[in-house]
Amino acid sequence: MTETLPLFADQSAAPVSLPARFVRWFAEKGWRPRAHQLELLGKAEAGLSTLLIAPTGAGKTLAGFLPALVDLERRDKPKPGMIKPGVHTLYISPLKALAVDIERNLTKPVDEMDLPVRIETRTGDTPQAKRQRQKTHPPDILLTTPEQVSLLLSHKDAPRFFGDLRYVVLDELHSLVTSKRGHMLALALARLRRYVPDLQFIGLSATVAEPDDLRRWLVAQAPHEERLSELIEVGGGAKPNITILKGDNRIPWSGHFARYAMPDVYEAIQAHQTTLIFVNTRSQAELLFQELWSINEDSLPIALHHGSLDVSQRRKVEQAMGKNALRAVVATSTLDLGIDWGDVDLVVHVGSPKGASRLAQRIGRANHRMDEASKAILVPANRFEVLECQAALDANYLGFQDTPPVGQGALDVLCQHILGMACSEPFDADDLYAEVRSASIYTDLPRETFDRAVGFVSNGGYALQSYERYAKIRLGKDGLWRLTHPSVAQQYRLNAGTIIEAPVLAIRAVRKGAGRMKRGEPAQAATMRGGRVLGKIEELFLETLTPGDTFLFAGKVLRFEGIRENECYVSYAEGSEAKIPYYAGGKFPTTTFLSGEVRKMLADETQWDRLPKQVSDWLGYQKWKSVMPGGDKLLVETFPRGERFYMVAYPFEGRLAHQTLCMLLTRRLERAGAQPIGYVASDYAISIWSRKDMGAMLERGQMSLNDLFSQDMLGDDLEAWLDESFVFKRTFRYCALIAGLIEKRHPGKEKSGRQVTVSTDLIYDVLRSHEPDHIIMQATRHDARSGLLDVERLNDLLARIPGRIVHKNLERISPMAVPVMLEIGKEPVLSSNTGDDMMAEHAMNVDDLVREAMGEDAVETS
Amino acid sequence: MRPALKTITDVESGAALASSFAGEEVLFDPAGILFFPSLRLLVVSDLHLEKASSFARKRIFLPPYDTAATLTRLAALVAKYDPAIIVSLGDSFHDEEAALRLSSDTRRAIETLVVGRDMVWVTGNHDPHPPAGCPGDTVDELAVSGITFRHIAQRLFGGPEISGHYHPAAVLRARGKKVRRNCFACDGQRMVMPAFGVLTGGLPISHPEVSALFDRARLCAFMLGSNQVYPISANDLVGMPSKRSKARG
Repeated sequence: MTETLPLFADQSAAPVSLPARFVRWFAEKGWRPRAHQLELLGKAEAGLSTLLIAPTGAGKTLAGFLPALVDLERRDKPKPGMIKPGVHTLYISPLKALAVDIERNLTKPVDEMDLPVRIETRTGDTPQAKRQRQKTHPPDILLTTPEQVSLLLSHKDAPRFFGDLRYVVLDELHSLVTSKRGHMLALALARLRRYVPDLQFIGLSATVAEPDDLRRWLVAQAPHEERLSELIEVGGGAKPNITILKGDNRIPWSGHFARYAMPDVYEAIQAHQTTLIFVNTRSQAELLFQELWSINEDSLPIALHHGSLDVSQRRKVEQAMGKNALRAVVATSTLDLGIDWGDVDLVVHVGSPKGASRLAQRIGRANHRMDEASKAILVPANRFEVLECQAALDANYLGFQDTPPVGQGALDVLCQHILGMACSEPFDADDLYAEVRSASIYTDLPRETFDRAVGFVSNGGYALQSYERYAKIRLGKDGLWRLTHPSVAQQYRLNAGTIIEAPVLAIRAVRKGAGRMKRGEPAQAATMRGGRVLGKIEELFLETLTPGDTFLFAGKVLRFEGIRENECYVSYAEGSEAKIPYYAGGKFPTTTFLSGEVRKMLADETQWDRLPKQVSDWLGYQKWKSVMPGGDKLLVETFPRGERFYMVAYPFEGRLAHQTLCMLLTRRLERAGAQPIGYVASDYAISIWSRKDMGAMLERGQMSLNDLFSQDMLGDDLEAWLDESFVFKRTFRYCALIAGLIEKRHPGKEKSGRQVTVSTDLIYDVLRSHEPDHIIMQATRHDARSGLLDVERLNDLLARIPGRIVHKNLERISPMAVPVMLEIGKEPVLSSNTGDDMMAEHAMNVDDLVREAMGEDAVETS
Repeated sequence: MRPALKTITDVESGAALASSFAGEEVLFDPAGILFFPSLRLLVVSDLHLEKASSFARKRIFLPPYDTAATLTRLAALVAKYDPAIIVSLGDSFHDEEAALRLSSDTRRAIETLVVGRDMVWVTGNHDPHPPAGCPGDTVDELAVSGITFRHIAQRLFGGPEISGHYHPAAVLRARGKKVRRNCFACDGQRMVMPAFGVLTGGLPISHPEVSALFDRARLCAFMLGSNQVYPISANDLVGMPSKRSKARG
């Protein structure tokens, strides 16, 4: 942040009263305040809330804190006997690490100017004693996370603690607002506004598609009136220098690992001081890290960083990075946000960034100096990704943004918030409803829905009112809702938060074979000693392993030994090949914008020259053998292969929407008598295979593509499937945990994720058959449609294509179908059947069974 | 991934698998109950009635429909098999006060269920005493036709024995896919029944506490499919401890 201010900043700044101490400090540094910093100060002094949109390296953080520092400088020294003032400025960031980083960077100028300002952090890691002291002796500037703000607000002393608040600085606002954490924060800010009506907000954001969404988000909304915060936009610095990797190696048809490009990437690392290598998934990070080390002849210090690694290991990497001790780091999005990473002079992005804005934000990591061009290399992992990378690069050049929309506030978060507010003080439903609606994302919340949320918090909100006597909150004669018992507040605080992690187990390295100890046998000290925890791993992944299986983690090949208690035991399997790929974590679908650009590129032959020759040749072959997909058309190819018949379509709408589409099409093909067997979806295309010749059926008019792809498939078929789908059940689990239907932890019983007492699948089944309109079902449906299933996007596709479907009945597979066909067998095939076919295949003959179970003589009696 | 709650139609139309146990013909119903035709005996286990309201006392508000849903399913099976005796193998009620919390409707449903039949409540760890105000006899164990019925299997008992308690489930894996279903676990001498209550989950029979009860070589999981029961050899299940005796031919 501040230390990177350039020598000669803009001098046309509006006159604003900067205290002498600040003027001196800038002068001593040989700096001048930048125009946007002074402009923001001016607006703040005028009592206005402001959204500051600026690229990385523009001194955004100093701009955000300048109003607070100036105000604190002017503040009178507290006289003896006066009540200590509460927190003056709240800084909220999405990452704990970011709060810590800011503390370091902000303390420096504060010390240098000798300002009377106390700065402290408060995160989940802050020790209890320090939290307690912060309550009685609040710092002037508190650096914290959304969860902590909600927790502080749930206490009785919240009005006093926040009563002197002047500013709230929100960092990385663009990333906060689109998540449920953002929804929770929006509600918390509404409460803060009630305590301090003239509270001012300063939002710091990267460039977004719709700045007005954030401007509304920052200020209190009133019914029938749109209110916007002030806006300061700082133009981009030097255009980044982005290229697509040009190597001689053959670009693979499919896959996500870009192994082919590692020698070229290694060369780039050698040629630069510090390289940041971004990948989309943890499995990519693991694999590429291993690949790079296998060719690391100069033993360059190359490190690995992703969210599943043990915290201490991650901190080590971050520190080494800060000291410029590393030449390269392979990282997932854990490093996405605005942490300062030393002198990175090259960003390599492996795989398509999947979105134009995501590319811009990641490239921003390189070279935190706004006036120097960042340097980045895109490494497409397959041929379609070449097209995507080119489109992202073009969009970046034009400054186009495709950040996701802010959307509506979630109902499960609302339920959690209502309970938190009741923990703080009794509430009047009318007042709380008005307060909630002052948050822009809850402005459209109907009163009826709000009342159902209150009912849910009180006693589960079921149509069958049988839990009233156990209620958590109850309406008193004075018209206020209040807690029925103080333990409810304790229960709330244990479970507050919106980050629901998949159940994870710690991975511990042990001696080979150590996991096979019998249960109940005491752990052998010799085996346990030195058993280091390497990180965390999803239980779902472990369930697919049997002892002896090998997989990659923390840059090592590990052998799965077994599970004991809450730990996964592994041993090092040096020299062997990891057998099981590790899929979980962070796959984004391509944004609508980028998909559209790829379709245009395919349809416009004049653009093919810009692509690598092997890719343009491939497109040429496709045109010759079949037709080009792209533009507004939807190409559907059918061809036989082996014993089966295939249908391949190219909607380019991202994997999530494609999976939903596949499932719906399979249902229809089933009804049409095509006997579909399975399907697979990629980001670009879908492939469905069947026993009957679908091409012939289409040509004979036994079924029609317009009917198959008609929009009404989003009606009953979707609803029926939604309710059964595991995606839906998983979404239900998240909503149930956030809303507090079930608990992550119960006082006195610290439960880990894998021990939730009642399976949410069972609760879901009961609720679905008895009260399908329950508020948690409503929340689930909303999330599933917009999130995991991408129904909105599928809807747009189906609306676009009627009359534009082109069918090509081929004798054999087309060049463009190769990538999706190669996915078959690699990606888990989702099928809608209930698993009965699998059980039937393995079922034993009953006579054999009886013989086996009871010996030969028993068969006589059956 | 479990199949959704079975509808009553599913329960009615499920095809039972006929086999034998301790010389008696027995039907394994995919809804998770056993029926002995020659004895006209229906066995169900781990109903866990009033589980949701039990949680509500801790202010965790699960949908209050579990008791009615469980009893409706049971009623459909009683109508299907018309047993003379119904044995509920323990943990019929989720806690000791559960029977007192029954609504008048669900209480009536239990009364209707047992009209003209013998109802036997076997005690369980959740319900060690007779259920207040419910018709039927309460026993700790029961012996019928040489078979002992009790809630928790006795490891040292030679059998034949039928019990509940563990809520057995089995996980089958093939070609990268997994199917997990509640199941009857049986080695010919001992049988552990699946839990019947709609809010009851399952514990994989690979868990040492369950697998230790059985003769590993003869252990079979009768997995509950949508409308059929599938007998699956323990060798095909995920996570089973390796076998000591010889493999299946």
